[in-house]
Amino acid sequence: MSKAGRKIVIIGNGISGITCARNIRKSDDQAEILVISGETEHFFSRTALMYIYMGHMKYEHTKPYEDWFWEENRIGLLKAWIEVVDFGNKKLLCHNGNSIAYDILVMATGSAPNKFGWAGQDLQGVQGLYSIQDLEMMEENTQNIQRAVVVGGGLIGIEMAEMLASRNIPVTFLVREKNFWDNVLPLEEAELINRHIKEHHIDLRLETELNEIIGDKVNRVKGVKTNKGETIECQFVGLTVGVSPNISFFRDTKLAINRGILIDEYFRTNIPSVYAIGDCAEFKEAPAPDRKNIEQVWYTGRMHGETLAHNLTSGKPQPYKPGIWFNSAKFFDIEYQTYGWVPPVWDSKLGSFYWEDKRGKICLRFIYENSNKKIMGVNAFGFRLRHEFFDKAISEGWLLDKVISNLDRANFNPEFYKPYHKAVLEQYNKEKGTNLQFAKVPFLKRLIGSRT
Amino acid sequence: MKKLQIIGLLVFVLGFLIFSYIPFLGTYQLEKEMVEQKVKPEHTDAMVRILKPMFGIEYDSNFDFLADFNELFKEYNYDLKVRQDWDQVIWDDYAFILTKSASQGDVQETPLLFLGGSILVAVIGALIYILPLYKDEPEGIKNNGIYFSSMKSRGVLGIMTGAYLILFYVILYWFPEYMTNLVLMLDPVSKAISGNEASQWFLYGFIYTLAILVMGIRMFRKYKGNTYQTLRTGSVMFFQLAFAFLLPEILILLNMPWHDFKNIWPLDYSFFYDYRIDGMLSSGALGMFMLVWGIILIVLGVPVLTYIYGKRWYCSWVCGCGGLAETLGDPYRQLSDKSLKAWKIERYMIHGVLVFAVLMTLVTIVNYFMEFGLLGQATDQLHSIYGFAIGSAFAGVIGTGFYPFMGNRVWCRFGCPLAAYLGLVQRFKSRFRITTNGGQCISCGNCSTYCEMGIDVRWYAQRGQNIVRSSCVGCGICSAVCPRGVLKLENGEEEGRINEMPILIGNKSVSVKS
Repeated sequence: MSKAGRKIVIIGNGISGITCARNIRKSDDQAEILVISGETEHFFSRTALMYIYMGHMKYEHTKPYEDWFWEENRIGLLKAWIEVVDFGNKKLLCHNGNSIAYDILVMATGSAPNKFGWAGQDLQGVQGLYSIQDLEMMEENTQNIQRAVVVGGGLIGIEMAEMLASRNIPVTFLVREKNFWDNVLPLEEAELINRHIKEHHIDLRLETELNEIIGDKVNRVKGVKTNKGETIECQFVGLTVGVSPNISFFRDTKLAINRGILIDEYFRTNIPSVYAIGDCAEFKEAPAPDRKNIEQVWYTGRMHGETLAHNLTSGKPQPYKPGIWFNSAKFFDIEYQTYGWVPPVWDSKLGSFYWEDKRGKICLRFIYENSNKKIMGVNAFGFRLRHEFFDKAISEGWLLDKVISNLDRANFNPEFYKPYHKAVLEQYNKEKGTNLQFAKVPFLKRLIGSRT
Repeated sequence: MKKLQIIGLLVFVLGFLIFSYIPFLGTYQLEKEMVEQKVKPEHTDAMVRILKPMFGIEYDSNFDFLADFNELFKEYNYDLKVRQDWDQVIWDDYAFILTKSASQGDVQETPLLFLGGSILVAVIGALIYILPLYKDEPEGIKNNGIYFSSMKSRGVLGIMTGAYLILFYVILYWFPEYMTNLVLMLDPVSKAISGNEASQWFLYGFIYTLAILVMGIRMFRKYKGNTYQTLRTGSVMFFQLAFAFLLPEILILLNMPWHDFKNIWPLDYSFFYDYRIDGMLSSGALGMFMLVWGIILIVLGVPVLTYIYGKRWYCSWVCGCGGLAETLGDPYRQLSDKSLKAWKIERYMIHGVLVFAVLMTLVTIVNYFMEFGLLGQATDQLHSIYGFAIGSAFAGVIGTGFYPFMGNRVWCRFGCPLAAYLGLVQRFKSRFRITTNGGQCISCGNCSTYCEMGIDVRWYAQRGQNIVRSSCVGCGICSAVCPRGVLKLENGEEEGRINEMPILIGNKSVSVKS
């Protein structure tokens, strides 16, 4: 399919768009590739934005490739906002009036923070956090403030709380649910994170919703009212109630959209030669029974990009077929990894084995099918697990017994870390009445091999 | 910051300022007896004649004293050089030892008081600051605000610190006669350990060891809960205190040559110099052991241990340079250059130094067996070039002085010939690697930013590739700062250690080879 001279234009330089561009170049030496973004000239890691605010890194450190990389690989970069897409004439119109022609268009425009029409949501000092511009605004909005309120108990909400706390700004954290992120996490895990949030002196308000945001005379936020009738004085409000596909500039075109840009399993939109990947895309049919129609994590964005690049450069297009689900996050100091399927609540078809360290900051949960005891998924908090191991165990449908008795091999914690896998095995044997053991490792091998 | 910590910081600064002022104290008066006592017998007559005009004169500062001293001394040698009377020229440098003898005043009379008022005060202040660090905080990564810190991100404080360190090293290596008072105040300590008066090298070793110990305690606080960091910091503290500082002094007490049993050629570049070999050969069984042990380390210790554990067994667990870098230098680790260009320069430089060190040593050994016939001049020349350019300027002035500018491993990364040797083994024949955990990397950049060796760890991690690099000293910080549990330092089977064409796990549609 590598037709000489075809021009592939990608809107959006996030992980999806950039992965697509890089992989096109790997298999197609000829195509002209142009990546357009109004946010930044170069690709940076969005997940690292928080670390810039916290002073762990500067913007330049969040760029995964050095600046010469793009020219070296003949990937054109253009810093511009696209205002109009003329699908009929295959042309893009930039904010500065320039127009850009394309043969193939890939839309990877990402997300935008949700706002649910609260009174006062457009006051100064009220914002979401998604882009580098948001971060710059947050830097400005949080100068010399006495208190901040973060609304929404999800991944960005807790990141924002951590960011503010790193600058010693008192934070009140409003979470609508009973426990933090409990629409994803089972109860024990959610409670574990609740405790850790409080350990960091965050004023965590569970089952509390935002009613309205109050402004002062110069339209700056001065407080919020909750659904419990309480008024909390604050000079900054972080709205982190999820994100939605960033597709506003495709409205009123012939591009088929719903919540996101509608695509099939080949990332094809309803318009020929136009594709969508990443956060902005919505599969007409979910890629797998345990997957959502809109996939908004780093890893899926990368896989979309890889797969579409393959399809654009090879004669044999492949439908998007993601493997075993995995994800990760970090809640203040506690790392979270998950592999396979772990629902927040489950019925009697599924069983759960849960282990928690006595200090209450480390835990593992295994979900298995009750009928045949095959592992379905695992949640890990403060306990690093080997991706390769669980990808294999879950896709091959290992029995939970086998998984537990190989946990020493699955352990990815740093050397000399406490051997928590032993405690897990002990509790498992006690609960299940089994007598599983790890394979014996000869002394010499332990001496020269890695300690787990 | 708590009030107590602010007080600690102020106390530290006070001790530091006093330390810096001590060289300017006191008066200097040279007497004939001093010269007779300190100067080699063959030079006594000449030196007494040269320095006669200074006898009995009280100088208010060491600058005035040394101005006269240098003028008289130079004049004498200059005449001889003009006459090409090379045998009469005095090549020995007596400036330091005679200035130290001539020093009079409070420091000379009450050295321990000054030692306590400067170094001890600074240590106490530092500990008052360090011990409560992160006291009420949960275990975790403590990198908040590093890039807002003037000290840690090449701000004014960082530049001043670097400049001070550079100045200190220049004086220490080439003008120690200007810091005789500092050495003087350590005389009682040195005498207590080895029975000898302190030299500038004793002062240096003393401060060096204290820096590792005090900043090692800071490491314990900062990486609380991370056993790998705690153990390896404890290890460098032990090896510095026992092997680099105390043991060599005890050897002196026993009339043995000064020897650091954990130092390995070619970092210990003078190991095969004739005076070292002769010293070891003339020191009985223990001397013989030094020689044999040193050679075992070179031909067996380095390859075998590096094969099993990677070069970290030395660089971040044992080595003195590594010890200082990992403790005193830790606040600056993020300042190393991660660019591809820096990596290229690094490879030329460090292997260049290795080649230089090996050639110089070969010439030295050949020369030794030829009994200084053919290559005597060349050997001396090579030794002095290496000693000046590599041993002093690179390892010392740049190695430590550049912490606040280019990170804490400038010497280890660009210059250390032993690191180059260890690195070659690690790269081509070792069980050590940093394993990347499948497809979990989010390219955030913490690993690369905090790699003191300037390895772009993320480059490998984001493509699912294990990190196998000759320069990696295995400090384990990339693994610690990774927010997603992607990196693990491991020793394991050689098979699959280097995966040139990694596949990111998780996508069943296509197998993308990164």
